[in-house]
Amino acid sequence: MTEIIGRARRLGDDINTDYIISSARKKTTLDEQILKQYLLESLDPAFASSVRAGDVLVAGKNLGCGSAMEVAATVILAAGIRAVLATSFARSFYRNAINNGLLPIECDTTEILEGDGLMITAGPDGTSITNERTGRCEIRPPLGGIAGAILDAGGLVAYLRREGRFVPLGRT
Amino acid sequence: MAFRAARTQLYRMPPQTIAEKILSAKCGRLAHAGDVVVCDVDLVLGTDASAPMAIGYFERMGGPGARVHDPSRVAFALDHYTPQSESESTAKFHAQVRAFAREQGVRVFEVGEGISHQIIVERGIVRPGQLIVGADSHTVTCGALNAFATGVGSSDLAAAMLTGQLWLRVPETMRVTLRGDRPAGVAAKDIALAIVAMLGGDGAEYHAIEFVGPAADSFSRDDRLVLSNLMVEAGAKAAIWEVAGGVFADAGARCVRELVVGIDRLTPRVALPHAPKNVVAIADAVGTPVQMVFLGTCTGGRASDLRDARAILERGGGRIADGVTLVVTPVSSDVARQLEADGTLPALARMGAVITAPGCGACCGTSGVIPDDGMTVLSTANRNFKARMGNASAPIYLASPAACAAAALSGAIADPRTVRAGP
Repeated sequence: MTEIIGRARRLGDDINTDYIISSARKKTTLDEQILKQYLLESLDPAFASSVRAGDVLVAGKNLGCGSAMEVAATVILAAGIRAVLATSFARSFYRNAINNGLLPIECDTTEILEGDGLMITAGPDGTSITNERTGRCEIRPPLGGIAGAILDAGGLVAYLRREGRFVPLGRT
Repeated sequence: MAFRAARTQLYRMPPQTIAEKILSAKCGRLAHAGDVVVCDVDLVLGTDASAPMAIGYFERMGGPGARVHDPSRVAFALDHYTPQSESESTAKFHAQVRAFAREQGVRVFEVGEGISHQIIVERGIVRPGQLIVGADSHTVTCGALNAFATGVGSSDLAAAMLTGQLWLRVPETMRVTLRGDRPAGVAAKDIALAIVAMLGGDGAEYHAIEFVGPAADSFSRDDRLVLSNLMVEAGAKAAIWEVAGGVFADAGARCVRELVVGIDRLTPRVALPHAPKNVVAIADAVGTPVQMVFLGTCTGGRASDLRDARAILERGGGRIADGVTLVVTPVSSDVARQLEADGTLPALARMGAVITAPGCGACCGTSGVIPDDGMTVLSTANRNFKARMGNASAPIYLASPAACAAAALSGAIADPRTVRAGP
């Protein structure tokens, strides 16, 4: 069971991975502890310094489009953000998030505002997202399948160290 | 009778799309859209921008002494940092990739050989019906040769290197029918931008696109590569063409959306800052001053692209406008050789173009020429996100090679069809 209590950090639609962390920054280092000071700098140079551990990124549709670069997921984690909410995700960012243990939650984000207090509980029965301001609670089904197993293991490294390979559904 | 009916039922194969057929073959069972399958991967392709991180994941996944499952199915291309920039880190990334490749017996395409997904096309490594995963989102390019080719991150790349496999959800398919004859002066890039605009930035998310239709046969390989490439800007997981001897969709295969594109009435297009889907007819952008023109990348650096650009430049007198920097980056060393031999690169150089080493070049701010503050760029690339080329104050417009050449002549966005022979 994962429980996250934090502040919503509101982003718009079509936030591409270059906006999350620029390709040009990535060529200088892959150290997330350094790169995290440039998180979302193309949109707001002051964003990174305003992030607090426990913050939750909340976006509209198509979060993580563009480049498949994995630092986009690992830099978010390094900044202390453990969950990303979006109306929809681009597929490569979605996989990268799961593979690194960053919780991607596909849900209706239209009513979530910057600074809203969010309580997220993720477990085997699904994920609940409660907005403290509106009192609204949304329940999402558990991820399931191989993606769910990878997320439950804490990421792809832990999953493959345990399983040794991708285990097809229904065949163990 | 009942027995016979049951047999008929058992052996009636539901019709399949190209994506379903390829992924069925790779996972060893009949699979359809929505199924989650574990597939054998034919080619695992990393770059200097993604392989260093993948090597880290690989070592943590496999532990000490871990070996690549099948080195003959893995390759790395040093294409994003070409040449190594002034920062020491990129040289270190290259050294790390070379050392890992030597240790594991994996092939490396060296600095200057070209962009990963172009090299494997040119060298005949991509074959119809293959499953290719690349840690570069533009790996979808290889769908032009009837492969299911898709982009992944570094951890998935590492898993595929270690196990030879990857899990995939079999995608639903959208069919894009190209109808009509292509008008003169309209490039594959224009058609691709028009389709991205029709679909939107996420219109093909989690989907495979299949290109079909009477017009499809009239596209050259270079053109098909451009069309497949740009479909990832609409979110596509793969963008596959039917080719002779390859995998074809069954009649009646389930498609979730049919998009008919009448190309006979299409005009040149331009994508405005800051997204590839912000597409307008070029008439709506004509006159926008530009200070940098970039001819290159996996959507504009092939031989036919640079020949198109040269033809427009020469038709218009061959003089680059004052205050415009024209940067030319061939997609690969093979292409550079062809363009050297036919005089294209020398001609561009005589006009004053800055010609850089083959590779990704200035596309994503990782090597090559970075635009200065306030410069407006017109580029043949596939992405124009703010700061994509390394400077947030340099807005980027996207267009065809011919339109880029027309802008280099006049110093402003111009319709290439209006470039007339000078006095």
